[in-house]
Amino acid sequence: MSKKNNNMFDPKQTLVEIEEKFEMFQILNEDGEIVNEQADPKLSDEELVELMTRMVYTRILDQRSISLNRQGRLGFYAPTAGQEASQLASHFALEKEDWILPGYRDVPQIVWHGLPLEKAFLFSRGHFVGNQVPEGVNVLAPQIIIGAQYIQTAGVALGLQKRGKKAVAVTYTGDGGSSQGDFYEGINFAGAFKSPAIFIVQNNQFAISTPRESQTAAKTLAQKGVAAGIPSILVDGMDALAVYVATRDARERAVNGEGPTLIETMCYRYGPHTMAGDDPTRYRTSDKDSEWALKDPLVRFRKYLEAKGLWDEAKEESVIERAKEEIKEAIKKADATPKQTVTQLMDNMYKGEMPSNLKEQYEIYKEKESK
Amino acid sequence: MAQMTMIQAITDALRVELKNDENVLVFGEDIGVNGGVFRATEGLQKEFGVDRVFDTPLAESGIGGLAIGLSLQGYRPVPEIQFFGFVYEVMDSISGQLARMSYRSGGVYNAPVTIRSPFGGGVHTPEMHSDSLESLMTAQPGLTVVVPSTPYDAKGLLISSIRNDNPVIFLEHLKLYRSFREEVPEEAYTIPLGKADVKREGKDLTIIAYGLMVHESLKAAEELEKEGHSVEVIDLRTIQPLDIETIIASVEKTGRAIVVQEAQKQAGIAANVVAEITERAILSLEAPVLRVAAPDTVYPFPQAEGVWLPNFKDVMETAKKVLTF
Repeated sequence: MSKKNNNMFDPKQTLVEIEEKFEMFQILNEDGEIVNEQADPKLSDEELVELMTRMVYTRILDQRSISLNRQGRLGFYAPTAGQEASQLASHFALEKEDWILPGYRDVPQIVWHGLPLEKAFLFSRGHFVGNQVPEGVNVLAPQIIIGAQYIQTAGVALGLQKRGKKAVAVTYTGDGGSSQGDFYEGINFAGAFKSPAIFIVQNNQFAISTPRESQTAAKTLAQKGVAAGIPSILVDGMDALAVYVATRDARERAVNGEGPTLIETMCYRYGPHTMAGDDPTRYRTSDKDSEWALKDPLVRFRKYLEAKGLWDEAKEESVIERAKEEIKEAIKKADATPKQTVTQLMDNMYKGEMPSNLKEQYEIYKEKESK
Repeated sequence: MAQMTMIQAITDALRVELKNDENVLVFGEDIGVNGGVFRATEGLQKEFGVDRVFDTPLAESGIGGLAIGLSLQGYRPVPEIQFFGFVYEVMDSISGQLARMSYRSGGVYNAPVTIRSPFGGGVHTPEMHSDSLESLMTAQPGLTVVVPSTPYDAKGLLISSIRNDNPVIFLEHLKLYRSFREEVPEEAYTIPLGKADVKREGKDLTIIAYGLMVHESLKAAEELEKEGHSVEVIDLRTIQPLDIETIIASVEKTGRAIVVQEAQKQAGIAANVVAEITERAILSLEAPVLRVAAPDTVYPFPQAEGVWLPNFKDVMETAKKVLTF
């Protein structure tokens, strides 16, 4: 096709051309083999083991959280199994000074960023202490309103830029989240200000029950970045190395003043949407589950590491034991946290003096609580 | 001292605070080179640079999110929502996010954001430019809501709002922007949030109002004075929290009260004021507390505005019912 001589613009063809460009970026295939030598980040042995450790640990954390929830010892919980590479390999590319604005399924990233595990459990139980992040841990509590974290990320990133910091703001949402107005406003604002943000869409195929295909006519979610004029990439979200590289490069561009990036990680959640009664058998088949299980991020990374002689059953067992032990300890700490009171919540509403109406009510509740 | 209109007093307050605190950022749609559609930010970008006074893409929700994110980096954002009728676009950012920042984080984060926005009727705007939507804001715990009625108050209240460590919604009545001038000090001064102002003293009746309705009430009070009634007019200035003390002290003195608002009657600020009075001062009352408000339709097309909006005659009529009860 000669573009020069064609004076009829073909919008359909343009779309096809753009969409075809979004091929899925992969480094490690399902068998744990490097298929993209050139892109291999060449992580050190130590780093590879650390990343694997985090993924195994988080899988155990997910299993324990589900069972604690079933025992009534945890509250709100959104399962994470299947998304370990997407969540933890992207986080692995970050630095301590970076800011994370998580969605509600993104608890693992903020835990690995420094949020004590007992606080994650307290968040799940609906205790405000869970949201009190320690100083120097640059995270927000998981966002409940889908998409809201995207526009706030544009703001945090603009702030980092104005402060002249070499740091980025990173946020996560899901395939459903990419339909929200705030999603577009967030990537558009960050693009317009060229601010250091990384927007990650974890495309786990279902927004509760609505399949990805019903969410949008767009062939990929990554291509949505094109409209905002920002670099965008579709990544195999079950491939820790590919997710790591995409995030690392996005971070590098961001701190070099080249603006934000949109990353779509193609992944799957094995569990229900949340533990609050969602039944995935209503909207997806076991065939689909098994198909995705073959792509499992832990399985392929384990194979890769085993082939390198960096991982074995004993290592895996020791991580599992450590995870179980630390989870047990964290639950104990969560149990030992004093119950929250209404007056404490009132205290937290405003910085400094509370307004007169609340002050009056504070006295009433203080009296009630003293009984 | 200089003679200033309300819009000049607002610009002056922004200038004073941009100068006073390098963390103050002013942004919104068309607020830079253009100085805002009402010129509230006239000259500020030139004076303070594009880093501190800047235009945003056209998306109110994005502006709200931007303000929240910037406040997390230690800034004191003062975004403008071009018309308050556009607030629906930014409701989650305000009520779902901004108002809850301190609460949600257990006091770790706070959001010292002041959202400025013009509102109010009587200037023949297209739809969604004149609505009085302040009760959407007062219904949300975590927000302070300010509505000035004079240039002097506007400057002092805006400076207090910007210096406040919690989110403030600062609503500027369109019709008051250039309706009159008064003496406004050129230096910085503050007027405490949550404090009403007795704009006129009297002993027979208390009229409680805010925004443009303060002026309709003052006009009504003057007319009533001619008929031998001594009327006190309270300008709430801050509609959340209410200055209960000033309201109750006045009602205990006069024994009669009416509450005037430009907004529709249903679920309004006036209802809230009436409830506070009946809860706290019923034994001082000689008559029921009545409301003057617009009818419960959506804001009218401009040609019906004149009849729809409450005016001093409506205030007088209601005042007389209470005075003669």
